[in-house]
Amino acid sequence: MMEDRPQRILLPVKANFMALTTLLAFLFNLLPWRDVTGLPDMLALVIAFWCIHQPRKMGIGAAWLLGLMMDAANGALLGQHAFAYSVLAFAAVQLSRRILWFGIWPQALHVLLLLLGAQLLMLSVRLSAGGAFPGFVWLAGSGIGALLWPVVTFLLLIPQRQPEMVDADRPI
Amino acid sequence: MDHQPPAFFNRGPAPLVRLMFFVVLALLLMVLDARFRYTETLRAGLALLAYPFQRIAMAPVQLATGVVGFFSSQVQLQRENDALREKQLRAAKDLVTLEALAAENAQLRRLAEARERLPRKSTLAEILYAGRDPFSRKVIIDKGRMDGIQPGLPVVDDVGVIGQVTRVYPLLAEVTLITDKDQAIPVQIVRNGLRAVAFGAGDGATLDLRFMAANADILNGDVLVTSGIDGTYPPGIPVAKVVRIERDAAYAFAKIACVPAAGTNQHNQVLVLAADDKLPPAPQVEPAQERPVKGKRAKRRE
Repeated sequence: MMEDRPQRILLPVKANFMALTTLLAFLFNLLPWRDVTGLPDMLALVIAFWCIHQPRKMGIGAAWLLGLMMDAANGALLGQHAFAYSVLAFAAVQLSRRILWFGIWPQALHVLLLLLGAQLLMLSVRLSAGGAFPGFVWLAGSGIGALLWPVVTFLLLIPQRQPEMVDADRPI
Repeated sequence: MDHQPPAFFNRGPAPLVRLMFFVVLALLLMVLDARFRYTETLRAGLALLAYPFQRIAMAPVQLATGVVGFFSSQVQLQRENDALREKQLRAAKDLVTLEALAAENAQLRRLAEARERLPRKSTLAEILYAGRDPFSRKVIIDKGRMDGIQPGLPVVDDVGVIGQVTRVYPLLAEVTLITDKDQAIPVQIVRNGLRAVAFGAGDGATLDLRFMAANADILNGDVLVTSGIDGTYPPGIPVAKVVRIERDAAYAFAKIACVPAAGTNQHNQVLVLAADDKLPPAPQVEPAQERPVKGKRAKRRE
């Protein structure tokens, strides 16, 4: 159980690093994927990550703005990503205290539900606006995103795991 | 006044209130965008903001393609060269006859005092990437308003029609492919001149000929070309080939599936044809006569 595991006390997060990782995820989504379906929505994943780990620094407003940028860059229905991302951010902030008590794979399961929920919201909005059904492969993106959760957790927490100063008494 | 919590604990409005605010804002935007198209300025501004990021994201891919292209083998180039030369030889013969035919046609047209069909001006554009929106079939080309691209212009490749420009940004333009759901294009069957309208089927690969009577004279393998009666597409450009016909006595219309002639997701270079400026002005739409409306269906038909 949780009490048996050693826990690392993390350094406070730097806002610049949060902005940089969000920007990188945005760029990943903007890569010219020609006809690849089932790609994970990295921006949604990173938004979920920061909402869970830093619910006071990342929130619904930022997610909404990022979603709007995604819409404009994708030529999608304006407001579609903004809608899904703001609901995703809300759910992630509300669940943040619960999720972090679990191990890494149960956390990924929570994230799977969050990402899938966001995708289903977009699906329902677009189908009601007269879009074509993209196929079930598209929903696989959430599964891949959830599988990437441990990787993302490892990568995005690296700066907070660095010791402030290393000396003989404190090797790590 | 004294009951306010100290600023230290103040976290702004409750999360649920904030969520409701942003969700309502998003829904409002979506309705304005989908139903009324009021958001084009906002979209253009945001797209311009996102443009540098798109360029940055595209750079590594372009570099990789460049490197791969540089190292593509000599043999492959040689083979391609041979194939092209053979094709050119074969085409040269056709070209000679075509030139003669074109001259003859022009002569006949002048005789008949028909309006001469001038070749339209065209802009060569490159497909930057396929649209990332999984709900529609679109590609983004690298020419925009700065290059005189306007919404509604037809886009063709060397084989046939690809689609139509639907949204123009300052530096980019968005082309909706003919395979996009409900994208319509007026066509004509080469064999017998029958006119129809082809719609994208929504699966990204085929088109449907809708509203054709079950006994319409259409065969498998019929070639569809643009009919040109819409004034948007020039007439006679190949569009698609009929591949499957289902005639069911239970329905008034036949189900006819076609495969697009142009490689809607293969090529990189496309031509954007300029608008035909010799068209007569569009007829004035008469305001619909006031009629007692019965039921929902009648209302929708108006």
